[in-house]
Amino acid sequence: MGFLDALLGRSKPARPDLDQLFGLPNAALTLQAAMGFEATGVGSVCYREMEGQAFYQTQSDVTELLDADEGPKVEKSKDEYGYTWLICRGDPQDVSGLVTDLHAVNSTLEANGFGPALLCSLVGFRHPDARTLGLVYLYKQGSFYPFAPSGKQQRDTVLELQVRGQVANDLKVEQDTSRWFPVWGAPGL
Amino acid sequence: MAKTRFAPDRGLTARMTTTMFLLGLVYTVFIAALVAVFWRGGGAWVWVLVIAAGFLAVQFFFSDKIALAAMRGHVVTPEQAPELHAMIDRLCAMANMPKPQVAVSYSDIPNAFAIGRSPKKAVVCASNGIMRRLTTEELEGVLAHELSHVAHRDVAVMTIASFLGVLAGMLAKMGLYAMAFGGGNSRDQNAAVAQLLMLGVIVVAGIVYALSFLLIRTLSRYRELCADRSGALLTGRPSTLASALQKVSGSMASIPKKDLRQAEAYNAFFFAPIKGKGMTFANMFSTHPPLEKRLEQLAEISTQLGEVTPGQERDTGPAYDEIPGLAPPKSVAGADPAAQVPPSRPAEQKTAAEKWGVDPEPEPEPAPWHGPHSGEGYPPFGMR
Repeated sequence: MGFLDALLGRSKPARPDLDQLFGLPNAALTLQAAMGFEATGVGSVCYREMEGQAFYQTQSDVTELLDADEGPKVEKSKDEYGYTWLICRGDPQDVSGLVTDLHAVNSTLEANGFGPALLCSLVGFRHPDARTLGLVYLYKQGSFYPFAPSGKQQRDTVLELQVRGQVANDLKVEQDTSRWFPVWGAPGL
Repeated sequence: MAKTRFAPDRGLTARMTTTMFLLGLVYTVFIAALVAVFWRGGGAWVWVLVIAAGFLAVQFFFSDKIALAAMRGHVVTPEQAPELHAMIDRLCAMANMPKPQVAVSYSDIPNAFAIGRSPKKAVVCASNGIMRRLTTEELEGVLAHELSHVAHRDVAVMTIASFLGVLAGMLAKMGLYAMAFGGGNSRDQNAAVAQLLMLGVIVVAGIVYALSFLLIRTLSRYRELCADRSGALLTGRPSTLASALQKVSGSMASIPKKDLRQAEAYNAFFFAPIKGKGMTFANMFSTHPPLEKRLEQLAEISTQLGEVTPGQERDTGPAYDEIPGLAPPKSVAGADPAAQVPPSRPAEQKTAAEKWGVDPEPEPEPAPWHGPHSGEGYPPFGMR
């Protein structure tokens, strides 16, 4: 935020960069080849429901759009912090199809002026030994970070750092680890 | 280019800029007067400057810790308060700002405040009282308001804005003492001139003090409105913030009077000022805008958010918060009337403290803290 913005009590968010999402299929291949993690085929987009008719209309437009193709319907769930998760399910082999859906949700909200309501998008991975991993896309930063919950309110930091090293070539990884905020109980994990 | 629903309030920006300009003007005149006096060779005044600069430095660098200690705030780790941390984590991710430290104050006064001169050193503190009274969503609105203060660097802005005003107040007082106890027996011409100069300095300093006092209070009120605005846009729920404001203001009145008087010294930090009996300050002396005004702004934002076809397109990309911002009167078409009514609390909603089992543990309220410039009548940080 610039000097003038701070002085005038104005803040401007960073420019979102939705194209980063399309790096996910490559990252999924890398994770599978190098670490044995397989995509679960579940992805979700997390956002704040804004009040007012306009937002609800946009939201139902998005779900309608995604439900138009065959396959499982989009699910909506609300977490304990008041954020809404829109969950897309697809073929675990077809990560790019999933990413297209996630991109559609993000870009529709953005196009209707609700970009600021977006928190993050998440794609789930699972290891044969039952470890779970999520790649989280931070909308405001346009970057990714790994999130690996291991039990209640605990995260597997070692695994997260390993994953960071692996996917660094495919994705723009968030450099500031203090922004790797946990999303406990996120759907799709 | 993406549409945005968050048109800036150019009126508010303009008023704030005017206030800052006037403040700058007053200070420039003041400095000019001081320089004139120094040039005449009043060596003692230099020490006043040095002392005042010392005060500013102390205030700037240590105020956070002093204030936090005075408010009995304790910095908590994610393990100690996982839900509060998670809430702030998400808000920071939404606002794209570094995460501040999180503190809890064991006070039953329902309030929250943010301190720290830069976003990196900031501490956001919520009292047990506020967590007990508000629902999770309302608390989130309050925290978003505090985070906006952090993002706008309000503590630094207000500290710097009030510095010369404080200096003027000190000069006026010291001059008065010097006149009263000092050179009463001046006979030669030089001493008479010095006396006259001193009188001039006192008069100028007094006027500067009075003017800057009013302007700083005005600036503080505008910045509160800005924080309300960006907080509401960040969570997307202006009505929830409005309901939190109403709740907090309402329960303020129900606190025993002794608490209230002792708590008044902290008003400067608070989310909503505590109104004691007989505190019917003229609005112009208040650090916070009147409740009605804040609610009115939030209702306006709510209407704006609800418009099915946003009225404006801007080319700066989406902005959740061009804060000071309120567009000119909006069309009523498409307004969602329900959105403007603060939601009543559904039965299943729990207050943050009930849900998280935060121990209310009211402690004896701390002694009033008068800040580094006690007696100057300034809010130490002018915020929250």
